[in-house]
Amino acid sequence: MQSWYMLTLTGEDRPAIVAKVTQMLFEHNMTLGEASMLRLGGNFTIMMMVGGELDQKHLEQVLEPVLAQLGLSLHIDAMKGGLHRHVPPNIMVRVSGADRAGIVARVTGVLAETGFNILDLTSDVAGTAQQPVYIMQIAGVATVPLESLEEAVSSLREEGIEVNVSPVEMLVG
Amino acid sequence: MEPLQILTIPDDRLKQPSEPVTSFDDELRDFVAELELARQQGPAAVGIAAPQVGVLRRIAIVDCSNTRKPVSNHGNLVLINPEITHWDGYEVGREGCLSVPDYTGNVIRATRIRLKAMDEQGDEREFEMEGYEARAVQHEIDHLDGILFIDRVVSRRTDLFKRKVYR
Repeated sequence: MQSWYMLTLTGEDRPAIVAKVTQMLFEHNMTLGEASMLRLGGNFTIMMMVGGELDQKHLEQVLEPVLAQLGLSLHIDAMKGGLHRHVPPNIMVRVSGADRAGIVARVTGVLAETGFNILDLTSDVAGTAQQPVYIMQIAGVATVPLESLEEAVSSLREEGIEVNVSPVEMLVG
Repeated sequence: MEPLQILTIPDDRLKQPSEPVTSFDDELRDFVAELELARQQGPAAVGIAAPQVGVLRRIAIVDCSNTRKPVSNHGNLVLINPEITHWDGYEVGREGCLSVPDYTGNVIRATRIRLKAMDEQGDEREFEMEGYEARAVQHEIDHLDGILFIDRVVSRRTDLFKRKVYR
């Protein structure tokens, strides 16, 4: 079985970054596994699983020219794990509230106490510069009943954080 | 009886539109029974469509009567030449597919539909349904048109309000 590296690239966003980086990887016989690219605060960010024959040092050398040209910074970790390990979420948590320090820590702290495992978290600041609003969606796996989760998050509402918890009913057809 | 094999992507037959059924005979009813068996052998599948076993005919089965959390349903439905005549509202839900192993994604479907279909005797039936069952029917009818849920998955950030387009 081939070994995987986790590549993290960040930098100023511009068109064709993904195309140029993946072309370079392809030319060196490296394959891609799962990947996630997001634009965060106007920045390009991507994390991707890359596998193949190159070792970490050569991988860095191969990417160096294209990254210099694009002004990206690179981080590589040898990683454990692999493909085909998807876990479907059974709970979706939606959060919103006036932006203030500590919302994520409070909400995820309460969830963690119930044994909730976060699979996917997306958060954003909406509203205006004067009145920023924090909005977050969390998908994950709960091992306690919905009612117990509801009870756990109810204390957050008293703190002015709007939280709703709903089951994700998977349909297989 | 050997169970029917479920085709998985990238099998080209999953991308073909299916032909309407014209004769309602014992051969059809035998096939429906085999298709139901294949559905029951799938892991928790609430629906199956004939193209998923390589038969390009407009036949599907939907059964939401046995979900983990009970949902409104019309029991075990054999849907032949099904047609959605009316739809209303839309919502996002998570789907997987016997033909797409190890992948699930969010898909926008109509919340409520009116459906016309024949049963395996050739009798025309009409249904009004909503939510989970309506979603399952839309997923199966997509199979009859050569469309998979992965063709409709919405990006978690950007596409959430994109309208579903029916052919």
